[in-house]
Amino acid sequence: MADEPIVLEMHNIVKQFGDFRANDEINLQVRRGQIHALLGENGAGKSTLMNQLSGLLQPTSGDILINGQKITVDSPAKAAELGIGMVHQHFMLMDAFTVTENIILGSEPVNGMKLDIKKASQDIKKLSEKYRLDVNPDALAGDISVGMQQRVEILKTLYRGADILIFDEPTAVLTPQEIDELMVIMRHLALEGKSIILITHKLDEIKAVADQVTVIRRGKSIDSFPVAGVSSQELADIMVGRSVSLYATEKSAARPKETVISLDHVTVKDSRGLTAVKDLSLDIRAGEVVGLAGIDGNGQSELISAMTGLMPTVSGKIMLNGKNIANKKPRQITEAGVSHIPEDRQRYGLELDMTLAENIALQTYYKRPLSKHGVLDYEEINKHARDLITKFDVRTVNELVPASSLSGGNQQKAIIARELDRNADFIIAAQPTRGLDVGAIEYIHQQLIYQRNANKAVLLVSFELDEILNVADRIAVISHGEITGIVNANETTKNELGLLMAGMSLDDARAQLAGE
Amino acid sequence: MNKINSYSTGLVAALAVFFGLLVGAIIMLVSGFNPVTGYISLIQSALGSSLNIGEVLRAMTPLVLTAAGFLVAQSAGFFNIGLSGQVWVGWIASTWFVLANQGMNPWILIPVAVIIGALGGAIMGFIPGWLRAQFGASEVITTIMLNYIALYGGNAIVQGLPNKMMATTDMTKTLDASDSLRWDFLSNLTGGSRLNIGFLIALIALLAIWFVMKRTTLGFEIRAVGLNPNAARYAGMSAKRNAITAMTISGLLAGLAGATEGLGTYLNIFSQSAAPQVGYDGMAVALLASGSFLGIIFAGFLFSVLSVGGLGMPLATGVPTELVSVVTASIIFFIGANYLIRLILVKLDEDDSKDKGKQKKHKTTKADQKEAK
Repeated sequence: MADEPIVLEMHNIVKQFGDFRANDEINLQVRRGQIHALLGENGAGKSTLMNQLSGLLQPTSGDILINGQKITVDSPAKAAELGIGMVHQHFMLMDAFTVTENIILGSEPVNGMKLDIKKASQDIKKLSEKYRLDVNPDALAGDISVGMQQRVEILKTLYRGADILIFDEPTAVLTPQEIDELMVIMRHLALEGKSIILITHKLDEIKAVADQVTVIRRGKSIDSFPVAGVSSQELADIMVGRSVSLYATEKSAARPKETVISLDHVTVKDSRGLTAVKDLSLDIRAGEVVGLAGIDGNGQSELISAMTGLMPTVSGKIMLNGKNIANKKPRQITEAGVSHIPEDRQRYGLELDMTLAENIALQTYYKRPLSKHGVLDYEEINKHARDLITKFDVRTVNELVPASSLSGGNQQKAIIARELDRNADFIIAAQPTRGLDVGAIEYIHQQLIYQRNANKAVLLVSFELDEILNVADRIAVISHGEITGIVNANETTKNELGLLMAGMSLDDARAQLAGE
Repeated sequence: MNKINSYSTGLVAALAVFFGLLVGAIIMLVSGFNPVTGYISLIQSALGSSLNIGEVLRAMTPLVLTAAGFLVAQSAGFFNIGLSGQVWVGWIASTWFVLANQGMNPWILIPVAVIIGALGGAIMGFIPGWLRAQFGASEVITTIMLNYIALYGGNAIVQGLPNKMMATTDMTKTLDASDSLRWDFLSNLTGGSRLNIGFLIALIALLAIWFVMKRTTLGFEIRAVGLNPNAARYAGMSAKRNAITAMTISGLLAGLAGATEGLGTYLNIFSQSAAPQVGYDGMAVALLASGSFLGIIFAGFLFSVLSVGGLGMPLATGVPTELVSVVTASIIFFIGANYLIRLILVKLDEDDSKDKGKQKKHKTTKADQKEAK
């Protein structure tokens, strides 16, 4: 590997935004056929660096060399021309277009005035066979699985002749199986001579697939070294710049008490009117964390929406401390003692254009002391925010900046501060660490355990099995809107959970695992 | 792209005005008029005497109210195009009430008439708000249609008023100054202009609505719903209720504007050939003010200077009033094209930083830092 030619070199890249240096003399060397991980916390400057490579930003100073030639990437079109392709974290596909149409969009092959869809189809078929990217070229993009959508995104870059592929947090939306498939695809692409830059903060993935890793911290490239022989712990420490505890949040055994929330044969329909949660029953007690494991789209969102009053419950009861809160209004449920850390923090959790202080007051603004007789007391609102900012270690210039100016991790901390400060009996944490870095994840897990120890009932909904295994005391697995099994966290394995997630019953899963 | 939004809205508004005036100047030049004398005569006609200043402030009165109304609806995420119809209903309701109750003590009559005018507008705002909340009907469509209903329904009502109220078939008798919002003090102060108590009502209403929107839980909810309805719902706010409230307040302010037109400026009702222009101008004022209540005063003043000054231009220089409309229209156009102006600013800024090399010149903006993340 070390003797393959260097295809991309970024040399002393500086990107200055006013007084702020997002990139401070970053160096990066990528070889042909190499999978090169770019590791760093949120806000470290990874995306800024890659935006300069894909033509969205221009460096303030520094050089970019492709195959030894100094080049300027002044537009995304230029980047494509130079063989640089970006596989975005959020897929950019037209749902109503077929896979083929999506791939050729923007560089359509033409035959005279006519779109040559046949040729496109053949080209795509060849590409997908060569790189083992299994797609159905005639399916509508809206109908295919998330994993296949990602393969379409990869094909889009290959179709445009990309030799350097940038993957931006590619596994954020994938199931464990799809992640494995992606790893195989990436390795195959590298074998075919493509170079891959993998932006991530997931250490497992780097260990599993990358050859080389460059660590970026606060805009500087700290180090670059081969992945082989480096432990995850070492990677985490060098990324954060201090010793961090990886996984295994320290916790004592749970001492669950009375049942706080009881789901009794709950059925919920999704926005299209299809049954998303089927006759689901689950009890959560004070002083325990129940993890709800499952693949995205198996009814988790609808269940949470029903529990928080954002969606109607078709049938069944949701008993909170003995009172049915099914089909109550969101505020009644909040007041009854439910805290909700929403799955989509920017869409539901925050008013991005309002100040951080106003966001922290979002659930309590109408109560004393934040307001009196319908008049807001901004002194109190800002003071309350300052208190929570200190208490929950939200990193911000002050409480008066818009919530949008905070990094993802600090936005989440602000939501957690708001939700946990209310002292609710039942806490729903949906994907609380999605897209966050190791330091923030550690913190959030500790907060959830702390709430559990303070005798709260906690429901942790996550697609990441590591997270569930690490934090939860009991694990309920949901598949197609039904609970397929409830197991104790210290008595189960990822394999067992994987089978339950695939819809197998607990007995069948255990029988199958015993048989192997 | 965040950089594009980082320029102060004040700068963008000022540039929009500048470009608008520039286009006006070019058109004057092309039409064979001297733009310098043209603009000087415009300013003299608007601000040259205390009478003219009084008329400018008088013209500003309904614009401030309708612009504030537009801003409230906009805060909740709605585009209230029905301000004109709401003004017209407020005008008819308030003036009719005074005509129908001649002889009543003016200290009771006038305040009640103003309130009735405001309520008339409020009802006209409530209807599209309710339709939106209940059925998801686009307020853009419903308010445009309601403008027609208000216009022709209003004309029919005016023409159907009892004969004793009427001066001609489509115009009512003129109110006595004592039965109106006229106040000799203000009139005398401004050389006998039609400036009236409506102006004070507009300023007080602007202050009050600023307080409601920025300092009360009601305003907090309206803003939250407008900025992110999902998060507002998550936080237990009712998007429907806030939609109705915001549109009703919006209509109420427009109705108030109508009352000041009827009881302060014209002192009668006469059939209209189109829904009152102040409703549309108010939208332009609000857009120029770009979300700022204080900005409404400046923008309203500017529009009034243009419209009052425009009346004097033909007399002094022969420049037709239509040209003044072209200038105002150009300003509105450049407000609408504020994205373009921001884009030009970004370009200038980039060229600037290229010239200066690495020496950083401009201040860091929040948007820049956000982008860096």
